[in-house]
Amino acid sequence: MLCEVCFNIGIGARCAICNDERRDQSVLCVVEDPRDIVAVERTREFRGRYHVLGGALSPIEGVGPEQLRVRELLARLDAEEVSEVILCTNPNLEGEATAMYLARLLLPLGVRTTRIASGLPVGGDLEYADELTLGRALEGRRDVGA
Amino acid sequence: MPTYRDEGVVLRTIRLGEADRIVTIATPEHGKVRAVAKGVRRTTSRIGARVEPLTHVTMVCWKGRELDVVTQVEVLDTFRSLREDLDRMGPALTMLEIVDQVAVEQHPMRELFTMLVGALSTLATSDSPLVLAAFCWRLLTIEGVAPVVDSCVRCGGSGPLVAFDAGEGGFACGGCRRGQSVSPATVDLVRRIVGGDLRRVLGEGVHESDADVEHLALRAVERLLDRRLRTTRHAIDAGERRAAPA
Repeated sequence: MLCEVCFNIGIGARCAICNDERRDQSVLCVVEDPRDIVAVERTREFRGRYHVLGGALSPIEGVGPEQLRVRELLARLDAEEVSEVILCTNPNLEGEATAMYLARLLLPLGVRTTRIASGLPVGGDLEYADELTLGRALEGRRDVGA
Repeated sequence: MPTYRDEGVVLRTIRLGEADRIVTIATPEHGKVRAVAKGVRRTTSRIGARVEPLTHVTMVCWKGRELDVVTQVEVLDTFRSLREDLDRMGPALTMLEIVDQVAVEQHPMRELFTMLVGALSTLATSDSPLVLAAFCWRLLTIEGVAPVVDSCVRCGGSGPLVAFDAGEGGFACGGCRRGQSVSPATVDLVRRIVGGDLRRVLGEGVHESDADVEHLALRAVERLLDRRLRTTRHAIDAGERRAAPA
C-alpha cells in the first residue's frame, strides 16, 4: 500500500523511511516514482525523506499538474519543517518540465530548491557523450580540491 | 534490412519494455515516422538524449514491418532555450502535438517540416507571444483550409468583420454574425499574419489583441483536427505567452 505521507510503497500506513526518526526531517527529495526511491537509496548519499509525485508533467499525454501529487507536496511543506527540496525527476523533457514547474511554485515560498546535477555516467567515454549531457556537465563543473 | 536517412524533429516518445522507447518523428521525406529506439532509457545510451522530444536531428533508420528501428542519430539543434523555459516549452509542445496530428506516415511533408523547424527556431529566440498563433494560421494555409480574412466567409460582403466562425473558417460580417466576436485590431492582425507580413508582426513586440489572435488560431486548428488539443488543456506555462482559454 501507499504511504500516507510520501506515497512510497510500504507496509502499513507509513513507509519504513517515514517511520525512521533518524532520517533528516529537513530535506525532501521529490521523485516521480517509488522505484526512483530505490535508486536513490542505493547511493547511500541521501539521509532525508521523499515525496513521490506519481509521474511527470506530460501535456502531450494529457498529464497536467492536477494529475500529480503537487498539492500534497505543498501541504507537507506547510506542515513539516522542510528547509530544502531536491527535485529528483528524470533528466528527460517531462522530468525537466516537472522540475521547472515545481521550482516556480516553491521558490516564492522561500524554501531552498535544488535540482540534481546532470553529467556523464561513471565509466563512460567522453567521445560517446551526447552534446546536451556533455554541455551540462561542462556547465556544472566545479573546482578541483576545493 | 533496408535503411534510410532523413532529417527529423522528435514529436513524442512512449516507453517500450525495459529500456526502449517508441519515438514519433516528423520528417520531410518520410512523413511521420514511428520507430523503436533501443536501450535509450539507460543512462549509458549513446542516443538517449538525442531522441528526446523537441530535438532536431538527422537519423538513420532500419525499415521494419510495423515499426522502424533508429540506428544512428546526430543532433542538428536541441532548442535548449525551449527546454529550459516553461513559457517557451508550452507553445513548442503545442506545435509538436499539432504536427503529430496532421502528419501522415509515408507522406512527404517538406513545407510543414520547414515551417515547424522555423517556428521552433523563432520561438527559441523571439519574445513575441504570437509565434504559436502564426504557426497555426500558416498551418491552416498549408493544409488547404486558409482562413477567409478579407471578406465575410458566409455572404462574401466586404462590410466590417465582427466575428470569427471557426466552422466556416473565416470572419463574418454583422449581418451573418456567428461564432466568437472579434475586434477590428484582431481582424487586422490575423490579416497581416496570413497575408505575409509575419516578420514585421513578430518584430513589433506585444499587441493588445495577441491573446485573441492565438485563441482563434487554436480553435481553428482544433476544428481542423476535430479534437481538443491536450497541450492547451494541460498547460504547464504560466500563461504569459499563451492566450487564456475563453
